[in-house]
Amino acid sequence: MNSILVAENISKKFGEHTALSNVSINIPKNSIYGLLGPNGAGKTTLIRIINQITYPDKGHVLFDGEPLAPEHIATIGYLPEERGLYKSMKVGEQALYLAQLKGLSKADAKKRLEYWFERLEIGNWWNKKIQELSKGMAQKIQFIVTVLHQPKLLIFDEPFSGFDPINANRIKDEILELKKQGTSIIFSTHRMESVEELCEYIALIHKSEKILDGKLKDIKKAHKNNVFQIGVAPNNTAVDLGSVLQEQFVVKQALYNREDENWELSIQLPSADTSHLLASLTTYGNVNHFEETIPSANDIFIQTINAKSNE
Amino acid sequence: MSKLGLIIKREYLAKVRNKSFVIMTFLSPILMVGMIVLIAYLTKVNDSESRTIAILNQSDYFSNAFTPTESISYVSFKDITLEEAKDSTQSLDYYALLHIPKEDSLEETAESTFLYAKDNPNSSVLNRLEGIFEQRLRQARLQDLGISKKQFATVDTKFQMHAGTFKGEENLKGINELKAIIGGGFGYLIMMFIIIYGGFVMRSVIEEKTSRIIEVIISSVKPFQLMLGKIIGTSLAGITQFTIWIISASMLLFVALLLLNIDLATLTQGQPLGPGAMAGMGDFADAKNQKMLLYAAEFFKIPWVLIVVSFLIYFVLGYLIYSSIYAAIGAAVDNETDTQQFIFPIILPLMLAIYVGFFSVFSNPHGPIAVGFSLFPLTSPIVMLMRIPGGLGEGGVPIWQFVTSIILLILTFLAIVWLAAKIYRVGILMYGKKPTYKELFKWLKYK
Repeated sequence: MNSILVAENISKKFGEHTALSNVSINIPKNSIYGLLGPNGAGKTTLIRIINQITYPDKGHVLFDGEPLAPEHIATIGYLPEERGLYKSMKVGEQALYLAQLKGLSKADAKKRLEYWFERLEIGNWWNKKIQELSKGMAQKIQFIVTVLHQPKLLIFDEPFSGFDPINANRIKDEILELKKQGTSIIFSTHRMESVEELCEYIALIHKSEKILDGKLKDIKKAHKNNVFQIGVAPNNTAVDLGSVLQEQFVVKQALYNREDENWELSIQLPSADTSHLLASLTTYGNVNHFEETIPSANDIFIQTINAKSNE
Repeated sequence: MSKLGLIIKREYLAKVRNKSFVIMTFLSPILMVGMIVLIAYLTKVNDSESRTIAILNQSDYFSNAFTPTESISYVSFKDITLEEAKDSTQSLDYYALLHIPKEDSLEETAESTFLYAKDNPNSSVLNRLEGIFEQRLRQARLQDLGISKKQFATVDTKFQMHAGTFKGEENLKGINELKAIIGGGFGYLIMMFIIIYGGFVMRSVIEEKTSRIIEVIISSVKPFQLMLGKIIGTSLAGITQFTIWIISASMLLFVALLLLNIDLATLTQGQPLGPGAMAGMGDFADAKNQKMLLYAAEFFKIPWVLIVVSFLIYFVLGYLIYSSIYAAIGAAVDNETDTQQFIFPIILPLMLAIYVGFFSVFSNPHGPIAVGFSLFPLTSPIVMLMRIPGGLGEGGVPIWQFVTSIILLILTFLAIVWLAAKIYRVGILMYGKKPTYKELFKWLKYK
């Protein structure tokens, strides 16, 4: 597979504390890769290793096929979770400074900044000081500075924090647009709905170990547990379908709600075979809803972590 | 521009554009000159106070002995009693009353003379009066012995031991102290610079931590580059400030002195000598001028080039050592209040260098303490500079000591910067931890 980044058997200790233990990930080119895990799992350490802020004790990282080296810094864009700007510096000056540190020439940086300031409608902020801006405004500057040097790999750590819903959406669209242009993106967040929306691949890190990774679709498929949402328009309202089915299957309240006259239930089957259930349902009425429940990223996250913790 | 260059430029501009920096830069010389002018002015006012002394001379001696000076004038009472004279002195608000009673001989007259004043008479007044009496008594005794004034002048000799080095250079009294003061001045400058600008470096690091920009920046540059750029940028701002201070302060001082018509010579000479001493030295005026010339010659013989060159060496190395420690402290803490426990151990060697260095170099520039402190890397930038004005090589600082101290300083510089960079690299990414020395030691072992 053509990968932008391969990390192999990465281990990292801080004194007695193990931050990462034998973690391997493989990030395909031009994908959005979700790096998930509870607080303190080791995500930030992994990201810092990719950014060469710290170095692994063991293992190695390949960037675009080559061993990770200082010159790759210019082709990576990183938006850290703990982010800020110099408070007393002017917006334009500061953006120019950070862009130049990434290796852009001053003229180049200025041209691109003007484009992005225009694009995100903040052109008139150039001479404002950061301390005069709101948090969301400062986040926009951060975002621009991260993507300005057109990196091959973008790393976003909680990119939407501090944004109102409208601007968060705006930034999400920009991220998707960047992906369309061929950028690979690592996305670290706790907000599962944005994982669902954006990520094709995910890796789940828990207590310094990677406990799950792969294509989100495949993971979801693998985590299906034969739960179906059913709806039946009853022939005979005197019968309680729920208690009848309970003798054979695990029955719960349905996760959807369509109309009052319906029997609506959530049913877990012992296997993926649905013929038996369907056959019995038709005897009680007209089946008007039958859908397999695909677990959400959130469910998978909680399930996997809990399973691991109970081991 | 290289990344280091960019960082230096930003740090420099951030410092120089800071409002409080600008205010300090331009206000300090005015304050300093204001202080000097005020002191000079007050001294002048104090000196120009004129005192009147009433004299009740009932004797046959001392009739023309009292010639008024700038600060003392005399009034003679005639044909009144002592009691009346006392009353008049007080009612006329004169400074004092000098009573010279009638006695048989000059010696006895002098012995019974009494000075009445409201409270303890000023010592310069007393000195002056005593000088007059001494002179008269000396003359009288010489006459008794049958020696003329002229004869006396030929015998009255002042003697000064000529001392010099084996190489034949003449020594002058106090020149060692003068040299130590010059060297000490440079050493003091280094200490002030380290404390002020080291503090700036530290605060700047803390600001980057609290504003959370640090991780954004070190994903682009190496922490070491950032630390070095910060130290260099801040020190360039400091050099700018010092240059502005020196230039503007000397210009202001010149203008102020010109406007207020304060003679610089009176300031530097200090209190004028008492008349007694002057009387004896009058004949030696030429000799004294010669002496001044010798001092001036010695002053120019001080190895200024060597001083300036070693000042630059010691300044750069000393400042880099201390400011990288300051940077590491800034990285280790979350706010300035946590820095206290780490700051004290830094200030201590600096203070020791200034005070111990000053006293030991003053009394013996080549004594064991002076040598020890000028070799120890944390104090050598200051103490060696105090010794350097005495020259290098024979009679001055032995070359091996000079070289050893620089080598030690360079080695220490490398070691400290390496350690500081390690602490800095770990510290800037640590939040919410109050570090202990034990913790810092652990950080050194992180990869």
